[in-house]
Amino acid sequence: MPEMKGFDEISAEDKERLNLTGINTENMEGRSGSFLLVNDHVYHAGSAAEGIETLMIEAALEKYEWLKDYFWNIVPADKDEYTKYVAERPQRGYVIIAHKGAKATFPLQSCMFLQGDTIQCVHNIVIAEEGSEIHLIAGCASSMDTKVGAHYGVNEIYVGKNAKVTSTMIHTWGEEVEVFPRTCTVVEEGGTFLSNYVCMKPTKKVQMYPTAYLKGEGAVARFSGVVVAGTGSYVDTGSRAVLQAPNTSAELITRAITNGGTIISRGAVVAECPKTKGHIECRGLILKDGIMHAIPEIEGHVVDVELSHEAAVGKIARDEIEYLMARGLSEEEATATIIRGFLDIKIDGLPPALQKQIDAAIDSADNEGY
Amino acid sequence: MLEINNLHVEVGGREVLHGVSLTIQDGQTHVLLGPNGSGKTTLLRTIMGFGSSRVTEGSIIFNGVDVTYKPVHERARLGMGIMFQRPPTISGLKLGKFINATTNIGTEEIPALAEKLHMTKFLERDVNAGFSGGEIKRSEILQLTVQNPSFVMLDEPESGVDVENMSLLGHAAASLLEKDMHMKTRTKSGLIITHTGYILDYIEADVGHVLIDGYMRCSGNPREILKSVKASGYKECIACQK
Repeated sequence: MPEMKGFDEISAEDKERLNLTGINTENMEGRSGSFLLVNDHVYHAGSAAEGIETLMIEAALEKYEWLKDYFWNIVPADKDEYTKYVAERPQRGYVIIAHKGAKATFPLQSCMFLQGDTIQCVHNIVIAEEGSEIHLIAGCASSMDTKVGAHYGVNEIYVGKNAKVTSTMIHTWGEEVEVFPRTCTVVEEGGTFLSNYVCMKPTKKVQMYPTAYLKGEGAVARFSGVVVAGTGSYVDTGSRAVLQAPNTSAELITRAITNGGTIISRGAVVAECPKTKGHIECRGLILKDGIMHAIPEIEGHVVDVELSHEAAVGKIARDEIEYLMARGLSEEEATATIIRGFLDIKIDGLPPALQKQIDAAIDSADNEGY
Repeated sequence: MLEINNLHVEVGGREVLHGVSLTIQDGQTHVLLGPNGSGKTTLLRTIMGFGSSRVTEGSIIFNGVDVTYKPVHERARLGMGIMFQRPPTISGLKLGKFINATTNIGTEEIPALAEKLHMTKFLERDVNAGFSGGEIKRSEILQLTVQNPSFVMLDEPESGVDVENMSLLGHAAASLLEKDMHMKTRTKSGLIITHTGYILDYIEADVGHVLIDGYMRCSGNPREILKSVKASGYKECIACQK
């Protein structure tokens, strides 16, 4: 295994791309832990917070015998061709363990960086034990020199009793990169899982459909997604929540803009237990001919469930543009202002640092124009 | 300030205004009366340049500039301002951020102005999202105050407003129109649509007009016109060929 060297060997230009995804490449300031994977090589893994460990997956499996029960558990190795591909190769990735009651003040950052023309395979496991609280920020990016590449990522996330995990993923892949994350989460009694996804940069293909199983009473999951797809981008994303215990609830919110690309925005809430609630909200804007395909699904199996969805696809309303113009904004300024507002999703419970990062990712694409 | 000549306007392919002419001098405030559907709002929207109103004939001259076919924001930048009767909600745009971006009086005075209009806590809310009738009016008048236009159009400022809000709004509108200044030094002008005339308790208007079925039927002393309309409705105006 190559020696861990940190971010020093990454070019300034690529560091900038990483910074866009919310990764702090200079120091650990404002971070509780850090992990850097370049292609299949771990360059850096460490944790600066008490009770929280960031380990390489191979080392973690050696250190903790019990970890094997969490390994290829909620994401089956034979789920599809991508998980099989990952399972057949040496395991690279991180294991984050937040021990009982541990609370990280700052986000733990992990960075998946693709360099050159290759397929990156990742297998990550996150375990938040009872009463712990962690915020993960995953920045996924490819180097300026990557022309063709792929990222297959497996993530297994365990949110323990009364624990809280916030996972924020910002994608900055290249125009010729294909991405296939496979993520599953289990949430125990009283646990909270918040997942935020931002993809503003052109990517050849993204295909993912993370699922959360709310197994314990009172568990909560909230998925928020902001996606912009330009010409040549194909983004098939969404999220699914399975409500398996009383008083569990899930909310799935998406804002999507196509600027010539294809967006398939999926969402599903499956209620298998009474006294459960789920809501899906998907709003799409078509700024330039492309495809915006919203597929919200709600599925109830028993009496006493409340499920709803709203989906809307449209254009910017003329009266909104003219309203802003009447106060002196030009048509372009008015349009940009409305789009920025459209993408502004409110995420309760998100640390300000992460909200700022999400805002910055959206702003950076915004400033380049649509 | 404003000179409208023989204005013909179509909305959705149907002519709504049939040759309207109107002149408003610097410092003057005019009120526009007329039954529902007579074209009053269309006239204001046409002056501001909104796309739903299409001018087929005539002209709008604003401070010597022909603005008949100019885009909305150019008219706003030349000094026109309008209070919307039913403005749209702009999701994700905070009122405070919006007025900071459109202010022509700097940002220093904004907190005090917002406080005066009881709008401080609304600065952190999305523009018009879930605002009540009175809150929308206060938000509109706050936006106009920071925009500081030289020509102010108000579309039914009284509608949906309770007594307390009416007083707040009336005083803010009066100050927007420099009603506290001497008529000789006053330069700001206004055009106000009203059904009830309550706004005239706060703003002294100089001229009143009655618009019926897209024709200007009458112009004169605003209080006299209002009194007559209140007494016998618009049927006299329709019969009157003055």
